[in-house]
Amino acid sequence: MGKATVIPFGPQHPVLPEPLHLDLVVEDERVIEAIPQIGFIHRGLEKLVETRDIHQFIYVAERICGICSFGHSLGYAETVESLMGVEVPKRAQFIRVILHELSRIHSHLLWMGLAADAFGFESLFMHCWRLRERVLDIFEATTGGRVILSAVCIGGVNRDIDDIMMKAIIDKLDSIESDYKEIVDTFLEDSSVKSRLVGVGYLSRRQAEELCMVGPFGRASGAAYDCRMLGSGAYGDLEGFEPIVATEGDCYARCKVRALEVNQSIAIIKELAGKMPHDGIGEKSKLTPPAGSQASCVLEQPRGECYYYARGNGSKNLDRMRMRTPTSQNLAGMVKALEGCDLADVPMVILTIDPCISCSER
Amino acid sequence: MSSVSKSPWVIHYDGSSCNGCDIEVLAALTPLYDVERFGIINTGNPKHADIFLVTGSVNEQNIDVVKEIYDQMLEPKVVVACGICACSAGIFHDCYNIIGGVDEAIPVDVYVPGCAVRPEAIIDGVVQGLAILEEKSKKLAASRKKGR
Repeated sequence: MGKATVIPFGPQHPVLPEPLHLDLVVEDERVIEAIPQIGFIHRGLEKLVETRDIHQFIYVAERICGICSFGHSLGYAETVESLMGVEVPKRAQFIRVILHELSRIHSHLLWMGLAADAFGFESLFMHCWRLRERVLDIFEATTGGRVILSAVCIGGVNRDIDDIMMKAIIDKLDSIESDYKEIVDTFLEDSSVKSRLVGVGYLSRRQAEELCMVGPFGRASGAAYDCRMLGSGAYGDLEGFEPIVATEGDCYARCKVRALEVNQSIAIIKELAGKMPHDGIGEKSKLTPPAGSQASCVLEQPRGECYYYARGNGSKNLDRMRMRTPTSQNLAGMVKALEGCDLADVPMVILTIDPCISCSER
Repeated sequence: MSSVSKSPWVIHYDGSSCNGCDIEVLAALTPLYDVERFGIINTGNPKHADIFLVTGSVNEQNIDVVKEIYDQMLEPKVVVACGICACSAGIFHDCYNIIGGVDEAIPVDVYVPGCAVRPEAIIDGVVQGLAILEEKSKKLAASRKKGR
């Protein structure tokens, strides 16, 4: 047994696009403890609600995180809408869910690319990102932005998706689906990929539930929890919804859950596109949140459950806005999963929780 | 481009950006825009890099990290501030934990605005940075000659 040494990991590290610092306590090649240090991206966004009015803050909410930007604007808008009792037309809800599922596809493809890069499969990385660009093409055609969409307003959505556009989206998704199959096969069947993923970074179901792990990270350990099951918004109009769950609890299972969720999202979009209602897309609400009103909302982001809370004070500004994002939750499980793994597997384990540091630090 | 004989390598650091610009930096490297075909590689080692792409503004926690990466890069080097947050802190200007744009920490050569900055704009900024890189390396060569 060797002497314990501390190896600093990050904040600038080739595998991480975002800054996260870990002190890895290692004995020989084995990690015995990982001590995270965060705060490199803390900006203090929640405080901005006091100086930005409710409609301006939607643009700030989008910029909490560039990958789940649509989800954040959606969660914020839904919270403020329930604060003021605004009814959103059904068509607007459908468009919101369609765009949200599209951003899930884009986020998962992005993650699959980064994961492939982390285990050294460069061409797989490129293929995932090539496919992802097609989703961004849909975003650009429907909302005008590639990353930041600005599609939601409080009371509805800013732009409609007409039938011709919807058909084009479905066609594009069909083309993505056929190419995507090849990528998934490589991820789930290739022996070199498997040898990097199977059995690495194990987290049991009990641990996952005790640490309240959310999203694909929790579902890969067998914790069958997905906020879409609650059926809020247009999710309630689906025929049925079953979360994708795996029981192995290792990096391979996390990869599998995300890979299958892309197919699930494509199916959801196709189903909703077939039964779009025609009751308008809503317009910007002119109400202000009443004094002392409180509202909260949960939303399934690509990375897991995200909780929003808002309190009004009768003016056009909010009194308080609070979010609990999936990664700040999952960091505890990541530290647990890192214990006992090899030093060479550390980047892999960190990536498989799909860390979004911008979300968690805000 | 006589004095720059090889393709520039870039290093990317996320200051306190929202990720939007970071994924666009990566998108510039991947198949649709594909600057890797010109030999431009995203390296993780500051000592191998010629161009420093910074996204996001600086705050109390990361200002030392940005300075450290800049100091570890060898001369000649160029800093490209990607996105409006890196240029002037953008929408987060009034946040309590934001000091300002990247130029508060290190000298910036090219400013590329946009929220999120488009990959075309990043490529344009890097091309402008190449001209500055050449100028800098000429100056460096001249001063070395003088020193001898």
